[in-house]
Amino acid sequence: MSTLHFVTLAPFIMAIFVPIIYKKFRHLHTGWFILPLPLILFIYLFQYLPLDGSPMETVSYSVSWVPSLGINFTVYLDGLSLLFALLITGIGTLVVLYSIYYIANKKEEPLNNFYVYLMMFMGAMLGVVLSDNLIVLYVFWEITSLASSLLIAYWFHKEKSRYGAQKSMLITVTGGFSMLAGFTLMYLMTDTFSIRGIIAMADVIVTSPLFIPAMLLILLGAFTKSAQFPFHIWLPDAMEAPTPVSAYLHSATMVKAGIYLVARMTPVFGGQAEWFWIISTFGLFTLLWGSVSAVRQKDLKGILAFSTISQLGLIMSLLGLGSAGYHYEIIDGTSLPIVAVLAAVFHLINHATFKGSLFMVVGIIDHETGTRDIRKLGGLMTIMPITFTVSLIGIASMAGLPPFNGFLSKEMFFTGTLNSATLDVFNVGNFGVIFPIVAWIASVFTFIYCMIMLFKTFTGKHQPEKLDKAAHEAPIGLLISPIILASLVIVFGLFPNLLSYTIIEPVMQSIMPGLTAPGEQFYVNIYHWHGFNTELFMTMGVVFFGAFIFLNQKKWQDTTFYLRERDPLNWFYDNGLTGLINGSTVVNNVQMTGRLRDYFSYMFIFLIAIVSFMLWQSNALAVDFTNITEIPSYMYFVSLSLILCTIVIPFVSKRISAIVLMGVVGFLVALLFVVFRAPDLALTQLLVETVMVVLFLLVFYHLPELRKETFKPVFRLSNLIISIGVGLVVTLTALSVHAYSYENPISPISDFFVENSYALAGGNNIVNVILVDFRGLDTLLEVLVLGIVALGVVVLIKFKARKGEDV
Amino acid sequence: MKNTPVQLHVITRIVAFIILAFSIFLFFAGHNNPGGGFIGGLMTASALVLLFLSFDIKTIKKVLPFNYAKIIASGLLLAVLTGMVGMFLGRPFLEQFFDYYQLPILGKTELTTALPFDLGIYLVVVGFTLLVILTIAEDDS
Repeated sequence: MSTLHFVTLAPFIMAIFVPIIYKKFRHLHTGWFILPLPLILFIYLFQYLPLDGSPMETVSYSVSWVPSLGINFTVYLDGLSLLFALLITGIGTLVVLYSIYYIANKKEEPLNNFYVYLMMFMGAMLGVVLSDNLIVLYVFWEITSLASSLLIAYWFHKEKSRYGAQKSMLITVTGGFSMLAGFTLMYLMTDTFSIRGIIAMADVIVTSPLFIPAMLLILLGAFTKSAQFPFHIWLPDAMEAPTPVSAYLHSATMVKAGIYLVARMTPVFGGQAEWFWIISTFGLFTLLWGSVSAVRQKDLKGILAFSTISQLGLIMSLLGLGSAGYHYEIIDGTSLPIVAVLAAVFHLINHATFKGSLFMVVGIIDHETGTRDIRKLGGLMTIMPITFTVSLIGIASMAGLPPFNGFLSKEMFFTGTLNSATLDVFNVGNFGVIFPIVAWIASVFTFIYCMIMLFKTFTGKHQPEKLDKAAHEAPIGLLISPIILASLVIVFGLFPNLLSYTIIEPVMQSIMPGLTAPGEQFYVNIYHWHGFNTELFMTMGVVFFGAFIFLNQKKWQDTTFYLRERDPLNWFYDNGLTGLINGSTVVNNVQMTGRLRDYFSYMFIFLIAIVSFMLWQSNALAVDFTNITEIPSYMYFVSLSLILCTIVIPFVSKRISAIVLMGVVGFLVALLFVVFRAPDLALTQLLVETVMVVLFLLVFYHLPELRKETFKPVFRLSNLIISIGVGLVVTLTALSVHAYSYENPISPISDFFVENSYALAGGNNIVNVILVDFRGLDTLLEVLVLGIVALGVVVLIKFKARKGEDV
Repeated sequence: MKNTPVQLHVITRIVAFIILAFSIFLFFAGHNNPGGGFIGGLMTASALVLLFLSFDIKTIKKVLPFNYAKIIASGLLLAVLTGMVGMFLGRPFLEQFFDYYQLPILGKTELTTALPFDLGIYLVVVGFTLLVILTIAEDDS
């Protein structure tokens, strides 16, 4: 166990102690005890950053878990893992601090639950990004789904919370399972679960027939987790969670797990046309869909949820476009697809900072005014000046305005899409032009919802009568975390090159390994002013058109498009779920009638089907009468009476006659035993039949009075057909076995008994010797059965359960 | 008691003993001729059933105060214990042994452990048949 293992497991260990702390120290908010942990982890991870600009050294430690299956808990820290681990611990620290003031009512809120779930989530997320083993990654991945659902349903008495939690659980777990299937296929192709081992065998995977299924299954996992179209519908409903949860899980960390997975798998799949097209188109479509839907929202968290979806789509599409970089040799400048990867990584960091701060700000507004509805809010600029400032910074960055970091990453996004338009691989051709156009339209919508968010909340008329509380500035404790994040937005905006060789370059090395010469680094230089080029004009167009549409909002704010908030895709989810439940009920009701007659029909039909299929399949059907012994004439008489009695029984209308006929059948069978020279069997059969008739008569005496004489067999054609079918199949099987035994004679074991019964067991009655000596165990267990039956009868009759008594 | 079936009672008294004797014969004949524990047990049970049919249950229960559940249990115990004789001698479970002895009155006789085993089966079958029939017959509810 290395220190990095403890980094992953520390939150889980902490989670164990949370309830104890909560019970023991009721007077102090539990969050204060949690706060140091992510901070210490952050500081510890921070020292891995290559601060002097040299290439980052990766570290890896392994602990055996299930070595026989190749499953080891291997932690692997490279640029990509480090970036995510820093985000998780860093924003985790701020979120814990924020939650201390946000969930301040420590008497009524179950704080222990909250922090246990949060610690579970943090540990699982660290496990996902640090693990080198696919199965371990999958385990942690599912724990994040579980913890996320628990956190969404934190206020479980609310109907909407439970709905959101169930929805996110169903969608992300579906993706998780398919991802597991994808991982299994990877194991089949490469015989290892280690990600580094798989990357080393990328050429094997790409040529394998399992390549496409594995890729699609893994992408399904990544897309569901990262809320890509059409799986994004769970994210807006997850906004029922407490705001610290939304800020942490649904903006900065968990929804980026899919991004992480795609980035992690890029060295394996990148450079393939399928990967390029799927990820870029889905990403771009999600970007457009999310930004358009965000404009329609009236709830601040709803806007942020769709904004997150849209920005995740942006990052995803950039990763897809960047994967084209595998078709170029050593990279030198910024004019090649590799700039898309740079933009993706940079925007990932930026998005975590500004979206985290915006969620926290929205939480503050909700906390201080009692609503998040933009139709009720307004004029908060002078009342909440600090909140306003932080929001302004975050929103400006989200909209992509200088001098904030969002501007830089959006410019690079435009560069990336423009570069991709001129790609000469993957048959991009004229389709490439669509990339920058879609990007530009989505940016316009992004600008519009940013303006809606800012102006509807902070400007206009203050409407105190619509608010539940008198609005005032938040306590300083709530403001610390958003202020820190907003300062990072400015710092990264003004000095972006603080990041370039400390973290962005190592991340690019792990997403695109082997593209630089050994010892060399990617060229990363981010700057504000890059001349009057296409990107700058596109940004100016975004600002101009966005402002134009926003200012003309009177013309479109009454359209149905704007008034309907729910994503239309929810229709498919809701109807799909109810349809699934109703469909299963229908299928169940059709098949499970509760009538024994129907179940017997199923069993017999199945028997007929499988036996006749096997007879046909193995060509075993054979009827061979050549070797049969001669039939004596009295046998015809015995058999005919037997058949006659049997056939008559179903048509007899009185029970007593049926019992007598059954007795006759039994005695005729005894006669057959006599004919076939089995005296013991004949004796037993006679006696058993006598006792059976006595029993039948006893039972008959006890039948209820009312229905005694109403017994009349009902004729059913289906039953007749099934009965005839069973008889036919069994007869044919018997005949075939007979014919087979003549073709392939096997010496029967009875010869041994005949020869040795006297010598070995001292008896001449072979049947009895077999029963008590050669096969005594069978006899012992048969009489045991008799004993059990007798006791069963006694229990059934003597110990009847009273009405309402539990048996 | 009116209409006492005197004929039936008299015949039953004689026939029942003949059947019982025959059932014991069947039981002992089992090793070399048709018969054995199962058939013998059923035959004994039939004789007793006959008694129950012609007299009433209370009377016969007074005459034959057996607890048939205990008879089943002792039969099973006897069969298992006979099977375990082999184990004490270091042989597999249920191995039977036999030998010939010169006995007084009977002369040269074969004695075998299969006989107590068969007796166990006999007891279980008798107990089973009568327990089931009597339980059902006595059920008034």
